[in-house]
Amino acid sequence: MKQLSDSVVAKLRAEMQVPDLDGTRYSVVRQLARGGMGSVWLAEDTVLKRRVALKVLDLVAPADDLAARLLQEARILAGLEHPGIVPVHDAGTLADGRAFYCMKYIEGQTLAQHIARKGLPDKLRLLERIAEPLDFAHARGFIHRDLKPENIMIGAFGEVLVMDWGLAKVGATGLKLAENEIATVVRPTQNSLRVTGQGSVLGTPGYMSPEQARDSTTEVDHRTDIFSLGAILWFMLTGTTPGELPAGTGSMPRPLRAICERAMAADPNARYQFAGEMTADIGRYLSGAPVLAYPEGLLERAGRLYTRHRTAIVLVAAYLLMRVLFIMLERR
Amino acid sequence: MNKVLLGLVLGAILGAIDGMTAWFTPEARAQIAGIVIGSTIKGIIAGLLIGVFARKIQSLALGIVFGLAVGLLLAFIVAQMQHGYYFQIMLPGGMVGLIVGYATQRYGRGPQRQRT
Repeated sequence: MKQLSDSVVAKLRAEMQVPDLDGTRYSVVRQLARGGMGSVWLAEDTVLKRRVALKVLDLVAPADDLAARLLQEARILAGLEHPGIVPVHDAGTLADGRAFYCMKYIEGQTLAQHIARKGLPDKLRLLERIAEPLDFAHARGFIHRDLKPENIMIGAFGEVLVMDWGLAKVGATGLKLAENEIATVVRPTQNSLRVTGQGSVLGTPGYMSPEQARDSTTEVDHRTDIFSLGAILWFMLTGTTPGELPAGTGSMPRPLRAICERAMAADPNARYQFAGEMTADIGRYLSGAPVLAYPEGLLERAGRLYTRHRTAIVLVAAYLLMRVLFIMLERR
Repeated sequence: MNKVLLGLVLGAILGAIDGMTAWFTPEARAQIAGIVIGSTIKGIIAGLLIGVFARKIQSLALGIVFGLAVGLLLAFIVAQMQHGYYFQIMLPGGMVGLIVGYATQRYGRGPQRQRT
């Protein structure tokens, strides 16, 4: 029997991955990304004549469990209507049996690309906007559990979107989908260990909280996302993930370092309890006010006040100096 | 503190300081009380005008220019009444106006905008 060459096998594999969209309103344009449990495709909605993104499960995956997980992700996204969360338009099963859902196609940059030329205040304001949808989701009982720079997209109009809610956990107030229904090991991707289900670890090293790394499902709550948010801030300020060699952290302002450290505290009780609490501290830093995470010394306080009111201080000092000069001139 | 009150307080304080420096001029020492009161009133008037301006117009540059102009104008009137000392009176007066103009734009609570 004649064996197929590697290139032919690779081509066949690639062809097999292309979702069969017969009988749907979509037609494939190209593949956008590959994940642990499936792939994301750019598609054309032939009815509305617009581009959409389709997340489709791998054909080879044990479909039932993953299909339930994909449906859960779609339902979570559908339940979270927020400008910072990508909206879902449709969900279902393709002719080839693969589960899929359709979402808005975001044309933009990843966080890492976007911040490359941004200054410190812009980066901090961006983090505030990343935290908004997160706070929204937490308030509704959802936990993302896989926050990392790759999952943050900045749209063409500057909109900030938190993507990939595939590992999201539904809390008591969210959808009543039992997490223990799903116990599936998903292929690890290049940088992330994405394993779902009870008795296994999920998340991305570097951005994953200690309790998540321990797979302490009872301990994991919304504060695990606060840890990841702190790690994202660290990445935005240093270009490295926490734990990597801290290149350039010497120049990081101490209050910001303290904010990162508080967000990434090993004990969830020592962290900011809400994303909004963390962004409030960042807002204080931006406005020149003292941050809660950093008890400053007298000299630091004086320095901060001088920086904040520099012009006013210089004007008053100039006025007083002028007055002294006048007095000295009159005495001569 | 709202912008008008901030202008008033700052104008009064700087005006009073302005007046008190007359104590270092021996020939003016006898009238120091009148000078301090007059200078404080001048500061209050300047602060009030600048504060009202800051409440109406939110612009740092315009606030500074308006403050400087008001400070110089009031100081010019005082110098006219004194028949001299234009430089000694108008330079500090202008600076007081400039500082109050800057401060009322930069600090102080602006008017609350009602939603319709």
